[in-house]
Amino acid sequence: MGQAIEVAGLHKHFARVHAVRGIDLTVRQGEFFGLLGPNGAGKSTLISILAGLTRPDAGRAAICGHDVITDYQEARRALGVVPQEVVFDPFFTVREVLAIQAGYFGFKGPDNKAWREELLAALMLTDKGDANMRTLSGGMKRRVLIAQALVHRPRVVILDEPTAGVDVELRASLWVFIRRLHAEGHTIVLTTHYLEEAEALCERIAIMQDGRIAALDTKEALLRRARSRTLRVTTAQPAGVLPPPLAPKLRKRTGNILEFSLQQGTDSIPEVLESLRAAGHVVTDISTEQASLEEVFLELTQKTA
Amino acid sequence: MKASLLRGATLRWRASGEGAIWSGAVKSAWRRFRAQVAKLPHGHTDMKGFSTLFYKELLRFYKVSFQTIFAPVVTALLYLLVFASTFKGRPDILPGVPYVAFLIPGLMMMSMIQNAFANSSSSLIQSKIAGNLIFILLSPLSAFEFFLAFVGASVVRALCVAAVVYVAAVLFVALPVRHPLFLVLFGVLGSAALGALGVIAGVWAERFDQLAGFQNFVVVPLSFLSGVFYSLRDLPPFWRMVSRLNPLLYMIDGFRYGFFGTSDVSPEVSLAVVAGFCGIVSLLALTLVGRGYRLRN
Repeated sequence: MGQAIEVAGLHKHFARVHAVRGIDLTVRQGEFFGLLGPNGAGKSTLISILAGLTRPDAGRAAICGHDVITDYQEARRALGVVPQEVVFDPFFTVREVLAIQAGYFGFKGPDNKAWREELLAALMLTDKGDANMRTLSGGMKRRVLIAQALVHRPRVVILDEPTAGVDVELRASLWVFIRRLHAEGHTIVLTTHYLEEAEALCERIAIMQDGRIAALDTKEALLRRARSRTLRVTTAQPAGVLPPPLAPKLRKRTGNILEFSLQQGTDSIPEVLESLRAAGHVVTDISTEQASLEEVFLELTQKTA
Repeated sequence: MKASLLRGATLRWRASGEGAIWSGAVKSAWRRFRAQVAKLPHGHTDMKGFSTLFYKELLRFYKVSFQTIFAPVVTALLYLLVFASTFKGRPDILPGVPYVAFLIPGLMMMSMIQNAFANSSSSLIQSKIAGNLIFILLSPLSAFEFFLAFVGASVVRALCVAAVVYVAAVLFVALPVRHPLFLVLFGVLGSAALGALGVIAGVWAERFDQLAGFQNFVVVPLSFLSGVFYSLRDLPPFWRMVSRLNPLLYMIDGFRYGFFGTSDVSPEVSLAVVAGFCGIVSLLALTLVGRGYRLRN
């Protein structure tokens, strides 16, 4: 299978800011890829370069093998971008906006009209199809942005924080739709500040920091990078003073539940349980919890900051 | 009567063989122009999206036609009313042409100039400031399609305004058309030039006041000082020489020639100046759009 996105040695400066510092990245076709990072990490600049909105100072970027500068028309035909900002053309209705956007890509026939209606239905916009864009709520305008990005059936879809400011119900319905697109073979690139979304959806994740890629791996491998995990122990009676080796590891105490933070590779669960038993505590239940993507994200971005 | 005059002039022009020469020249110039355009960044085009952008730009001004078509017509007719009343009884500027009739082509062309500029520039600045220009920039539209759609819509709006002014004016004044081809050429080339200038201004401006400055300090003065209300022959020698530096003068003078068959400057010279001006501003606009100046980072 070919590459959906190929980026090599990409650099971009804005005045004195070195926004993108030599990024190399490959996204395979059909992947659900997460692009994470704090504000100012360079995610939006990278997306802008891929979309042809920003020209790189050095390096190369290609969509489905088409260079975004020398073969920009084919590159843009293969790409759909949902922009971060909610922008709209106040002169037109939803159906007009979609027909116009499809027309820019050369799609004008009845097949595309049927696809546009399907998009409206999937995004719960059918009854708003003839409404002027000005009259829509923020959430509806965001759904129209998603429809606009998909109207030419792009192979690669970049969603730049598509659920920012969207209510929980709509967010859930959007993810059902995006999962469907992915299942149909579209490559999805997602940037989001909701890390639980990336954790739930993405197969591979790149974490950007200061214009560089601080980490790039599968979700599982990234989670394994976390230096700590949580051990939750329930004792028969509320535990009093803990043995000295355990006290620094205690993160939280709620009644007779003790929550320990264990370092990967150095702390072991049997040792903790044995120390508790030696101190006279009766353990009635235990559970462990792996670190979340959020913890990995914070560890990586704070380490490289 | 007017229709037969128009038909007669067209037939005479065809019979003279002038049509084939002009048609060949226009086709050749167009081929050279396209070849130059293809060399620009983002110049290569398959024209798949052009018709949609052109249609969208037409729809944009059609949806607010009260403001984009009828308001300029009212302004032009008010000028006509005021100047016709003020200069009633004034000797004819052109032999056998009453002053009111003399005014009408100038007012038509001035309206075309101002509206062609306003159409492309306002559409671009609104899209830039509202952020919806991104939908065009994300598409595979080439610089040439972008340019041609914005300029084409400007020409259509300008021709609509001129047509309504003409229809309103001929209710009161007889206005013959001696050279319809010149009328069309000056109308289209003049509007296209100002539409292209509007693209330049719309791309350059980042705020509404910058665009208003361009319009109020460049386009409006040049259009008022271009012989709309007077003949070049009425000016002192110095101001006559200064006026000849204004490309808009040739648009109005040539357009007037289309109606009356007489002008201050030879119509061929005017046509060459207007075509040259149109070519220069078009190449500049295409270069800016192709390089993404103030459109892409």
